[in-house]
Amino acid sequence: MSAVTPAAPVSVAPGERVRTRTLSRRARRRKVQRAVWNAVGLVVFAVLVFPVFWMVSTAFKPTDEISSFTPTFFSRHPTLQHFRDAIDPQQHPYFWDGVKNSLIVVGATVAVSMVLAFLAAVSLAKYRFTGRSLFVVLMIGILMLPQVGLIIPLYVVLARYHLTNALTGVILVYLTFLLPFAVWTLRGFILGIPKELEEAAMVDGSSRLGAFVRILLPLVAPGLVATAVFAFITAWNEYIFAYVILSDQSRQTLTVWLASFYGSSRSTDWGALMAASTLTAIPAVVFFLLLQRKIRFGLTAGSVKG
Amino acid sequence: MSSSQVPDRAAVAAEITPPWSRRRRRSPWQRAGNSSVPYLLVLPVLAAIGAVLAYPLYKLVVISFQKYGLFELIRRHGTWVGLDNYRSVLGDGVFWRTLERTVVFTIANVGLTMLLGTLIALLLVRVSSLVRVLLTVGLVLVWSMPVVVAVQVWYWMTNYQNGVLNYFLTEVHLGDYFQHDWYATNFSKLAMVTALIVWGAIPFVTITVYAGLAQVPSELVEAAEIDGAGPLRVFRDVTFPVLKPILLILTSLSIIWDFGVFAQPWLLVTASGWNASNYLMGVYVYIEGYAHSDFGRGAAISLLMLLIVALLSVFYVRQMVKTEEAG
Repeated sequence: MSAVTPAAPVSVAPGERVRTRTLSRRARRRKVQRAVWNAVGLVVFAVLVFPVFWMVSTAFKPTDEISSFTPTFFSRHPTLQHFRDAIDPQQHPYFWDGVKNSLIVVGATVAVSMVLAFLAAVSLAKYRFTGRSLFVVLMIGILMLPQVGLIIPLYVVLARYHLTNALTGVILVYLTFLLPFAVWTLRGFILGIPKELEEAAMVDGSSRLGAFVRILLPLVAPGLVATAVFAFITAWNEYIFAYVILSDQSRQTLTVWLASFYGSSRSTDWGALMAASTLTAIPAVVFFLLLQRKIRFGLTAGSVKG
Repeated sequence: MSSSQVPDRAAVAAEITPPWSRRRRRSPWQRAGNSSVPYLLVLPVLAAIGAVLAYPLYKLVVISFQKYGLFELIRRHGTWVGLDNYRSVLGDGVFWRTLERTVVFTIANVGLTMLLGTLIALLLVRVSSLVRVLLTVGLVLVWSMPVVVAVQVWYWMTNYQNGVLNYFLTEVHLGDYFQHDWYATNFSKLAMVTALIVWGAIPFVTITVYAGLAQVPSELVEAAEIDGAGPLRVFRDVTFPVLKPILLILTSLSIIWDFGVFAQPWLLVTASGWNASNYLMGVYVYIEGYAHSDFGRGAAISLLMLLIVALLSVFYVRQMVKTEEAG
């Protein structure tokens, strides 16, 4: 193995030489190990990402390549036709309704939940009060509720107030699930602000509100943005409640539109379906990639330090 | 958490005040305010949740004791039938078989998610930084896929006519999968759902465990290696004890999520693919209660399911409250 040391200096003691040789052997073994791990890593990467790649790649392929029995991985004649088809009002009339409805629902939910959740998060982070633990249990408990178990009562109650098949109904339901998430996450961000900064502001004679606006708010702003974006993604991706509550196609959100896409014609137009899937995923993916470092979802907060 | 950032002034305070009063050190907000402020701040959230969640939950309990179908939905009140709905559900073999199947399904899904997620996290530590960045981006990409989108892609890949999975398996000579229908048997259907769920759940587990691995002292690992401990031994005696609380939290979260899962199985197997012989709990609740418009019986099933999940959640919630009070 190590026959590449013919010109070893004579002055080196034999024991010394053995040691350097074993050291280099260990280093080499390390190198081989690292190469093996890298190879495994690349395979894992390929398997994990393949479905996403396959979605995008199919969306750009001409139909004859899609329906061929031997798939092509990178199309030689990429086309935008499937994207045109997916959003063409003649073929799929409800795409733009879906976009509009999703934006309305998500916008309203995020705006309201951020304001309300911020107040509650300040209360949790800055005060100790009776019933505080109970409130925390309530917040975490709601996040754990399986949504499908709540379909019936929510449907029955919304039907009574004529809120089924209305975006308002969906917004109200989303609020209850986004509020606990936002409260919990924002509370973490507020706790991260050094107390000294606020104390200094108060010593300087600022009023509590003044300290709040000038010191706390700018410091929490990044946290507010991060939480808002995650709330956006959650609401944008939601399917179950939108599916149950909204029955008119013109009132459905984008995920419901996409889910009904498959059954809309006898022979599936895979190209258009993948194009539609890509379009639906884009906002979530973009926001997620921008923000993934900011948050570890708060769900495991405390168990992981740093 | 926040006290770790407090500089020497706090250290001085720590020396002159007994520990119990240090813990009660109040923030400037509290000193300046009166005691009703925290309640006022929490009130809007409580009101919103009370209106949209508490009332329906109360309604759920009431309806579960009633005959409540479409007629009653229009008439807006049901007829009291006592425990009939519960008797009907608990006396139905389908409920018990569904529960059994869901437990097995949950164990398989959580087991695979935790195993693969942890293995990939351990892999992340060992690869070069370029591969690590690549893998991380891949994980985040998978994490961000909306469930509905993932289902469509999965359906396309496992399509029996020209799905890429059949092509690939045939190409690598794992057998003849030409036009193999992955949705033909109950086991195969649920296996596809499992693959979809595990794929989607791995990134959260991996990224969290990877963050936890940063807490494992590298001197300890090196010392163990020099003492001749193999990789398995190092994991068992050095890495695992540090990761244990994180793995416990992740496992309990995954159990809660997978037990009540609905969107993935419902959409992937499609409505016509479900029947009493392959129900999962979420699908069962949806079909028997909502789709059949038998809201009374559905409410009874929902409540039983919520109770089971509540029992499963006790550990997680207690753990979170504990860290909350420490922080």
